[in-house]
Amino acid sequence: MARFLSLAEAVQSNVRDGDTVAMEGFTHLIPHAAGHEIIRQQRKRLTLIRMTPDLIYDQFIGMGCVAKVVFSWGGNPGVGSLHRFRDAVENDWPQPLAIEEHSHAAMANAYEAGAAGLPLAIFRGYIGVDLPKVNPKIKSITCPFTGEQLAAVPSHRPDVAIIHALRADREGNVMLEGIVGVQKEAVLAAKRSIVTVEEVVDDFGERNLNAVILPHWTVGAIATVPGGAYPSYAQGYYKRDNAFYITWDKVARERETFLAWMKANVLEQGPEAFAAHMRRLNAKAA
Amino acid sequence: MADYKPNEMMTIAAARALRNADVCFVGIGMPSAASNVARLTHAPGITLIYESGTIATKPDVLPLSIGDGELCSTALTTVSVPEMFRYWLQGGRVTVGFLGGAQIDRFANLNTTVVGPYDKPKVRLPGGGGAPEIASACGEIFIIMAQSKRSFAAKIDFVTSMGHGEGGDHRARLGLKTKGPTKLVTDLCVFEPDPQTKEMTVTSIHPGISREEINDNTGWTVRYAAHVVETKPPTADELTVLRELHARTKRAHGAVA
Repeated sequence: MARFLSLAEAVQSNVRDGDTVAMEGFTHLIPHAAGHEIIRQQRKRLTLIRMTPDLIYDQFIGMGCVAKVVFSWGGNPGVGSLHRFRDAVENDWPQPLAIEEHSHAAMANAYEAGAAGLPLAIFRGYIGVDLPKVNPKIKSITCPFTGEQLAAVPSHRPDVAIIHALRADREGNVMLEGIVGVQKEAVLAAKRSIVTVEEVVDDFGERNLNAVILPHWTVGAIATVPGGAYPSYAQGYYKRDNAFYITWDKVARERETFLAWMKANVLEQGPEAFAAHMRRLNAKAA
Repeated sequence: MADYKPNEMMTIAAARALRNADVCFVGIGMPSAASNVARLTHAPGITLIYESGTIATKPDVLPLSIGDGELCSTALTTVSVPEMFRYWLQGGRVTVGFLGGAQIDRFANLNTTVVGPYDKPKVRLPGGGGAPEIASACGEIFIIMAQSKRSFAAKIDFVTSMGHGEGGDHRARLGLKTKGPTKLVTDLCVFEPDPQTKEMTVTSIHPGISREEINDNTGWTVRYAAHVVETKPPTADELTVLRELHARTKRAHGAVA
């Protein structure tokens, strides 16, 4: 049942050391504010699931919160490497990082299987490639009807799923539209969930009848954080700050500049910083 | 003839390979530029799909990521990511997958995972993303990559996505009915697979490029088709479309000092 909490309370009561945490948002609606709050609360030994780790997991990894990542593409989209991710894999800094690597198709199928309450996902994939040689979780299964060999991976069943959505209503129903990624599947696959939203409205009013709605009884905690996806975006609220993604490459390249940036922009800030980012971005666009 | 750069020739040669009736699964970066040039020139009816779920998108500027808002707001429809990979890609509804890579071998197998051993990589690259299944499920694959001895390697460190495997009928032996890589467009030339061996073979050389340059920038002994043609240089219209697209994109993303 959805409970309206502050972001700090939501993280406090839902994310524990050693948890498996899935933070989703496929380029759109990435829950950056929630990520910063977890880093501020210094959670440790997390297993992080995410299709595209990008900046949000680069920050977790560099701050030493992570034991393992389960992922399918670890880069800064359109820009290049994730330097903190690379430093952890290549040099064990700030600590060794275990990786469980998949393809996008496998990850999407594994979330869907988790939401469907199945133990595994089956799909046609990984044909002629090397990932099954280095990831023992990738297996094959024979179709009992046709004899076709198909790929099988375990379903994702995270302890906590964290997403950012456009709106919630007073009852705690959650709505998202646009590029909806795997967020619905991630929340339904998880034991607990945190949803940050741009705003809470009395009523969703006129809407696309096929908008993605998570009914209030499928959602754990809801925290209102305007701008909470920045530098990702929220369709209709603010655009993706592509310039920031380009800047991140410089910030994260060296350990010192990264740590200084995290101190000034995460450790010494609160969730309200995100509303300021959004206002600045929208003022620039106007 | 207009003055142009090698990477402009590459993008335009790749764009020409796309047809108006194609349904194209687009990778970010150079594949995205080439696909949109095709849409804005000879293939206005092409369906462009990005893995974020956007189908038949018509971006005015090139997206920095595969999920920029521009892709969603100009798309015919946007589906969830599981649906994208299950119904549309695995379902066999995509005619062309358009990929790039860090390393390629002579059978067009691609590596975007690691340089060096997997467990102790010298360089950890982003990984496969959608590529492993794009490479097997699309009707055929076009690849666009700038050529160099390092990236065109005799042996790649990791097979992220399968091209023609070990060559010959390797794909068929694994049960694949799709064609695999049919075109590899570089800044120097165009390769196509030999019908029997499936080794990528030069069929067209860009204007002003010598065989020696191609050989010097390839990590294996390059084969040439019996009849190699010269690539048609970019037309003024193609160059204008490409340059305006890049200029609009640069303005939109706001390059930061």
